[in-house]
Amino acid sequence: MVRVVLPAHLRALAGTEGERELEVVGTVSLASVLDALEQLHPELLGTIRDRASRERRPFVRFFACGEDLSHEPPGAPLPPPVASGAEPLLIVGAMAGG
Amino acid sequence: MSGVRVLVGTRKGAFVLRSDGRRAEWDVDGPFFPGWEIYHVNASPADPDRIWASQTSGWFGQVVQRSDDGGVTWAPVGNDFTYEGVPGTHQWYDGTPHPWEFARVWHLEPSASDPDTVFAGVEDAALFKSSDGGATWTELAGLRTHGSGPSWQPGAGGMCLHTVLVDPADAARMFVAISAAGVFRTDDSGETWRPVNRGLRSGEIPGPEAEVGHCVHRLASHPSRPGTIFMQKHWDVMRTDDAGESWHEVSGDLPTDFGFVIDVHAHEPETVYVVPITSDSHHFPPDGRLRVYRSRTGGGEWEPLERGLPQEHCYVNVLRDAMAVDSLDSCGIYFGTTGGQVYASADAGDSWAPIVHDLPAVLSVEVQTLA
Repeated sequence: MVRVVLPAHLRALAGTEGERELEVVGTVSLASVLDALEQLHPELLGTIRDRASRERRPFVRFFACGEDLSHEPPGAPLPPPVASGAEPLLIVGAMAGG
Repeated sequence: MSGVRVLVGTRKGAFVLRSDGRRAEWDVDGPFFPGWEIYHVNASPADPDRIWASQTSGWFGQVVQRSDDGGVTWAPVGNDFTYEGVPGTHQWYDGTPHPWEFARVWHLEPSASDPDTVFAGVEDAALFKSSDGGATWTELAGLRTHGSGPSWQPGAGGMCLHTVLVDPADAARMFVAISAAGVFRTDDSGETWRPVNRGLRSGEIPGPEAEVGHCVHRLASHPSRPGTIFMQKHWDVMRTDDAGESWHEVSGDLPTDFGFVIDVHAHEPETVYVVPITSDSHHFPPDGRLRVYRSRTGGGEWEPLERGLPQEHCYVNVLRDAMAVDSLDSCGIYFGTTGGQVYASADAGDSWAPIVHDLPAVLSVEVQTLA
């Protein structure tokens, strides 16, 4: 199971608390994890990545294992500890606003 | 006993204010969706318990929320606002072509007859419609593609479709207003549209005969006279009596030529309200005095209403969707400010009192009159 930590606003929107555990089929990548997340929580469609282009929204970032993965290709494998569930994928609202 | 429910959208959440018909004591619920910008909250006339909210964020985009129990509980509905076909371009601030990009929903206009039907005015300017309770949205693309779209240009707040008026006698006729393109009318339920801006003049910006390019801030009409529409324009208050075929100025003796809100008394079609604001860069009331102006003559002659409103050191703004009227026997008037106050008058504007005074900046105010 892949573990995902959502930012507070999206936890409220999805009506969840704490981490989400997701069954991901095939390669564990940003794209496949987000596909699984959006299938479980369709109310999150469009809030993390653009609905049409599927690109990451500008003020959303992805972190795991102490690394910023925001600019990784969507289909690239995530670090093994994320794929195994040892480490969570953190979806973060960027600090911005002055 | 009759009552009212005031629906308030703010920069940091939504609030629901409830009172009985006396409108003296208020219950305040909220914030709903704390931390999100709530551009508009509006209820279905066909089912007063059904309320819609536009929830938006620079981080997480657009969400539409729906309540089916009068604003007690909410659930997200569809948020796919994909433009029909290839969106093309409009003009950017510098006059260069700029791709049409969805940013947010500014205004939700529920159908008067069907609780599952609601219109959404969005930025970049377009009109969407849902007929399935908000699950899916379809663009009424005839507006954006009627021909003048490539020359539309944003106002300072973005290129937003902020006003939707549906003719209560003929639902096929609708008016929308876009800043800074102007007013557009359909007579066939949104299939085809045309600009109806003749007579709108703002010095030389745009030219006096320009079909589009008009910075319309807000429209209001009385249900009994759908062909008469009042407009607060960037400069001047305007009026049409022929469904937009021609406009004439009714600013009269107002202290400034600028403002955002405009509304019409629920029982007196010639009684109109505005809040004059100092143009252009100040955007606060003249002389630091917050005054609503009322015309009982359909414009032209205006009287200041200031009893209960701050008359010194007041430098708030009242944004375009932040005024509403109830339909109780003594018409109630409501407006919200960027300072977080929501003021109410239970006597058609003669006197005012704050319902709340420390909310986040108010973006929108609507009111439901409940049996």
